[in-house]
Amino acid sequence: MTTLEKNQTPVVIDARGPRFSAAITVFVLATALVTQSLPLITFQLVVFLIGATKGPQFTPYAFLFKSLIKPRLKSEFVPEDVRPPRFAQAVGLIFATIAVAGLLSGATIVFTVATGFALAAAFLNAAFNYCLGCEVYLLLLRARR
Amino acid sequence: MAQTTLVKSFLPILIVLGSAAAYGLWYQKSRGKIQAKAISGKALTASIIGGDLGSRATLVQFSSAFCTPCRATRTLLENVVADLSDVRHVEIDAETNLELVRKLDIRSTPTTLILNSSGLEVGRAVGAPKRDQVFAALAAIK
Repeated sequence: MTTLEKNQTPVVIDARGPRFSAAITVFVLATALVTQSLPLITFQLVVFLIGATKGPQFTPYAFLFKSLIKPRLKSEFVPEDVRPPRFAQAVGLIFATIAVAGLLSGATIVFTVATGFALAAAFLNAAFNYCLGCEVYLLLLRARR
Repeated sequence: MAQTTLVKSFLPILIVLGSAAAYGLWYQKSRGKIQAKAISGKALTASIIGGDLGSRATLVQFSSAFCTPCRATRTLLENVVADLSDVRHVEIDAETNLELVRKLDIRSTPTTLILNSSGLEVGRAVGAPKRDQVFAALAAIK
């Protein structure tokens, strides 16, 4: 319990931001998957990179949310710890990296599978408010140590 | 030729979105639901969970850092036990208690175990539980 408290960072963002970003991610990844577009998957990789390193509140999608969507929303601010969506961005980054490597090396199947997993996660997040960190993180820890 | 490549590349997206939608519906339905458990196994003690047991029941919540609904679950359960002197809420960091996590087969966070007065698990909820369901589960414990 004490470690939980210690790990508590005060960074709290609007939970509707990552959910909106997930919806755009679905659109971008779906298009990339169908067209096998290197520029599109690379663009999404950069977005994931920003989301995983700087934080999901600094991506271009988050900027769109803040400037265009948020002022029009009538629902209330939903506070969310920044760490869970950041974890999801890191997982997305891994899949996008594999996808880009697959496409560059001509291994299209690798691209398709990796992009497919990233798309599934983004879709689950956008449509069902799926918490990737809740479902995956503990399993990873249990498998590793 | 153009048509075959189109079919080839539309098939993956159909598979991905179809299976993700099916999984998502199951996820939405199952998360937060309290599953009653037949009493078996060993009782949990205050020293194992790192907090006193309630005289009637204890809500043991496993949480982790990358978990959005853990916060809401904590708020809800703290709120529930505030009015009940014989029920306690104990939160455990899953990450630093992996041995216990493995022993109790906790797979995701938040997972809440409902213990009876002797520390035996009588139910568990994976995901943020609903308030009325928590009260119903507690009412079933004598």
